[in-house]
Amino acid sequence: MDPLDIARWQFGITTVYHFMMVPLTIGLGLVVATLQTMWHRTGQEHYLRMTKFWGKLFLINFIMGVATGLVQEFQFGMAWSEYSRFVGDVFGAPLALEALMAFFLESVFLGLWIFGWQRLPKRVHLASIWCAVIGTVFSAYFILAANAWMQHPVGVEMVDGRPVMNDIWAVLTNNTLLVHFPHTLAGALSVAGGFLLGIAWFHLWKRRRDGIDAVAADGTVLVATTGSKGRDETDYRVWYSSLRWGAWIALVAFLGTAFSGHAQAQLMIQQQPLKMAAAEAACHDGTAFSVLSVADLRSDGATDCDDVVGVFEVPGLLSFLAHNDFTTDVPGVNTLIPQYQADYGTHLPDDPMYGERAGQEIDYLPVMEVTYWGFRIMITFGGLAALAAAIALWLTRKGTVPASKPLMRLAVAGILAPFGANAAGWIFTEMGRQPFVVAPNPDPTGIDQVWMYTAAAVSPGVSAAELLFSLILLTTIYAVLLVVEVVLLTRYVKGGVPAGMPELTQDEHDDDADGAGGGGTVDSDVLAFAY
Amino acid sequence: MEFLPTFWFILVAVLWVGYLILDGFDLGVGMLMRGWARNESQRRVILNTIGPVWDGNEVWLVTAAGAMFAAFPLWYAALFAGLYIPLTITLLALILRAVSIEYRGKALTARTRDRWDRCMAGGSAVAAFSIGLMLAVSTTGLPLNANGDRMGGPFAWLSWEGVLGGLAVVGFSLAMGWAYLGLKTDGAPREAAHRHLTRWLPLYLLPMGAWGVVVVSRQNSLIPWVLLALALASALGALMAAGLRREGWTFIALGASLLAGAAGIFLAVFPVVLPSTIDPAFSLTAMNSSSSEYTLTFMAWVAVIMVPIILAYSAFVYWVFRQRLHETHIPESHVVTPV
Repeated sequence: MDPLDIARWQFGITTVYHFMMVPLTIGLGLVVATLQTMWHRTGQEHYLRMTKFWGKLFLINFIMGVATGLVQEFQFGMAWSEYSRFVGDVFGAPLALEALMAFFLESVFLGLWIFGWQRLPKRVHLASIWCAVIGTVFSAYFILAANAWMQHPVGVEMVDGRPVMNDIWAVLTNNTLLVHFPHTLAGALSVAGGFLLGIAWFHLWKRRRDGIDAVAADGTVLVATTGSKGRDETDYRVWYSSLRWGAWIALVAFLGTAFSGHAQAQLMIQQQPLKMAAAEAACHDGTAFSVLSVADLRSDGATDCDDVVGVFEVPGLLSFLAHNDFTTDVPGVNTLIPQYQADYGTHLPDDPMYGERAGQEIDYLPVMEVTYWGFRIMITFGGLAALAAAIALWLTRKGTVPASKPLMRLAVAGILAPFGANAAGWIFTEMGRQPFVVAPNPDPTGIDQVWMYTAAAVSPGVSAAELLFSLILLTTIYAVLLVVEVVLLTRYVKGGVPAGMPELTQDEHDDDADGAGGGGTVDSDVLAFAY
Repeated sequence: MEFLPTFWFILVAVLWVGYLILDGFDLGVGMLMRGWARNESQRRVILNTIGPVWDGNEVWLVTAAGAMFAAFPLWYAALFAGLYIPLTITLLALILRAVSIEYRGKALTARTRDRWDRCMAGGSAVAAFSIGLMLAVSTTGLPLNANGDRMGGPFAWLSWEGVLGGLAVVGFSLAMGWAYLGLKTDGAPREAAHRHLTRWLPLYLLPMGAWGVVVVSRQNSLIPWVLLALALASALGALMAAGLRREGWTFIALGASLLAGAAGIFLAVFPVVLPSTIDPAFSLTAMNSSSSEYTLTFMAWVAVIMVPIILAYSAFVYWVFRQRLHETHIPESHVVTPV
C-alpha cells in the first residue's frame, strides 16, 4: 500500500472525528457560560439547573476533544515530517500560540470550574467558566489561522526554498481566516442549538407522556404544580427554556453560517478557483448553480468532468455566490486546469522528495464526487437544521411539544444534522484543496509562489506498515470510544437534571433555603464534586 | 542569531522539565490507582488529588511539542517521524488515560470501573515510559540521513539507552506521585507515601541517575557533572525530608533534583538536539534545526509574557485546592437513573 494514501486516510479520519467533539465543546461551552451568567444575574433556579445539566454533558464530551486533540498535534511531525519541515517556520507559530494562549486557559480554568462549585466565590466561579470557554474560542482562532495559511499562504517570503515568516500580523489577520473563523464558530453554535433542541424536546415529550404536563383546550400547556423535586415546575422551565434557546441559537447560527459561507465562497473563487469549480462539478464557465448533477456513466465508467450532466440548475445563482451579481461567468474546470498547468507545471518535479511519484503527471482536479457532494451535504444539513428549528419554534409557541412520538424521534435524530454539516464542510474544503497541501494563490493578497503538493508532504522515513499500524489502532480505539461517549451521553440525558445535580434527589429533606450555595448546605468537609 | 536558538533550546527544555514535574505526579498517581490502591475509596481519594489539575498539567506536553514545532521544526519532524511507533503508543496511552479519569466514576458496574482503572494505570505507565524513551533517544541519537529521516526500519529507535530513559521517567513519576500524595492526602495514602519513599526512593531515581551519567560521561565537560552532583544532593535531600515527614520539602527537593539533572543532561548534549548515529555531520543542532530569527523573536516575546501568566493562574488553582483529601471528604458516588 501507498504510505501517502494511508497517511491521508489517517489524517482525515482522526481530524473529522476530533471535529465531532470540537464544535459541541465550543458551542455548548458558550451556552453553559451564558446560562451560568443568567443564573448569576437573575438568581432563578432553572438557570442553575440548566447550567449543571448542560455542563455535565459538556464535560463528557470535552474530555474526548482533549484526548483526540493530542493526536492532531503529534501527527504533523509523525506522518507529515516533510510538511513540518517545509512550513514549520510559519505553521508552528499558531500551534504554539494556541497552546500558550488558549489550551492552558481552557484546561486550567475548566478544572477550577468543575471542582470550584461552593469553594469559590460565585463571581470567581463564573469567571472561571468564561476563561475556559474563551480559551476554546481562542483555540479555534489559532488552529484556523494555521489552516487558513494552508489555504491561502500569507506573511512569508521564500528563503532557500522554504517559506519564512516575515509578518505574523498578516498570518493572524489572513482574510481567509477572518471568514473561516465566524463560519466555524457559527457552525459550532448550530451544533449546540440542535443538541439543546433535540434533548429538551425529548424531556418535554416525556413529561407529557408521563402525565406531568397536560395541554388545555386552547393548546396552552398546563404544568403540574406538584411532582418530585427532579420533575417539578422548575424542571418544566428547564426544558422549555432549553428548547427555545436551542431553536433560536440554531436559527441565528444558520444565518451566521450562510453569510460567512457566502463571504468564503467569494474569497474561494479568487484564491482557489478550482475548488469552487469542483464543488460545482462545472466543466464549462457559467453562472448557474447546480442543485443536482449526475455523471453520465456510458463511457465505461471512466467518467471525467465532461460526463457530468446538470439535472437541475438555478441560473445565475453560482454567479451570485461568487460575485454578488447574476451574470458574471464563473470559470469551469476546463478553463482552469490549463491555467494551473501553465502556472505550476504538468508533472511533479524529478525530485527524490516525491519518492516514486517523482515525474508523474499532476491531476489538478480534486475528487469531484467528494467536493460536489460535500458542498451540498453541508448546505442541505445546515438548511434542514434551521428549518427544523423554525418549525420547532412554531410548534412549541404555546408552551410545550406535541405528544407525537415520531416527531420527538425526529427532533432527537435532528441533533446529528449540524454535525453532518460540519464534517461535510471540512471534508469539502480540505479535499477541495488537493493535490496541494499548501495551496498556491493567484489572488493578489496571498503569496502565489508558495505551495506544496500533498505528495511531497508525507514522512519519507516512515513505512506503510507503521502508518497502517497507527491507522488501525487509532481507528479501533476511536470507534470504541465513540460508542462509550454516546452511551454515556444517552444515560445522562435520560437521567434528566438530577444526572447533573445529584443534590436534587439526594437532599430531599434539605429545603435549600439560602439558594446561594447552589446546592444547599453541603458539609464543607465534603467535596462538591469528585470523580 | 546564536542567542535565539539557545534561548529557545532552554525554553523547550524548561517546558519538558515542567511537564515531567507536573504531569509526572499525575502519571505516578495514575499508576498507583492500581499499583497501590486496594479499594474504591482509596482510588477515589488519590484520583481526586489530581482531579482539578491534571488536564492543565498535560498542556505542558502540548506546549513542549508545539514549541518544538514552532522553534525547531527540523528537530520536531525528525524526532516525531523517527519515533513513529512509540509515539503512536504514547498517544493511545494518553487518550485512554484521559478518558478513564472522566469516565471511570460513570461506570455502572465494578467490572467496567475496573477496566477504566486498568486504562488509567496502564496508560500512565506506558505514557511515562514512552515519553522518557523519546527524550532519551533525543540525547543519544537516531540513524538519521542527511535529510533528517530515520533509516533502519520502524524499530531503529530501540536501544538500551532509550529503555533506560523510559524507566527513568516511570521511576521519577512514581516518586513524584508518592510525594504528591504525601502532600495532598491524609490517612492511608499519606502513610503509604511515607513508607514507600523512605524505602524505595533511591530505587525510583536510580534509572534517572544512570541516564544522566551515561549522557554526561560521553561528553568532556565539568559543569554537567556539577549539575548531576546537585541532582544527587537534592535527591538525598528528598530522601531525608521524606524520613523527617517534611512532605512539602520532599516534593520540592524531588523537583529540584529533576531540574538539576535535566539541566546537566541538556547542557551536556547542547548544541546537539538530536544526534545522528550514521554521521555526526547529519546531527541536528539548535542552530541548524531552528526557525528564522523573525519567528523565534516573536515567539520569544509571546513566551516571555505568557509563561509567567500561566504559572500565576496555575498557582492560583493549586492554592484553591490546597486542602488535604481524606476518605471522608469524598461524596458518595452517584448513580444516574432515568427520570
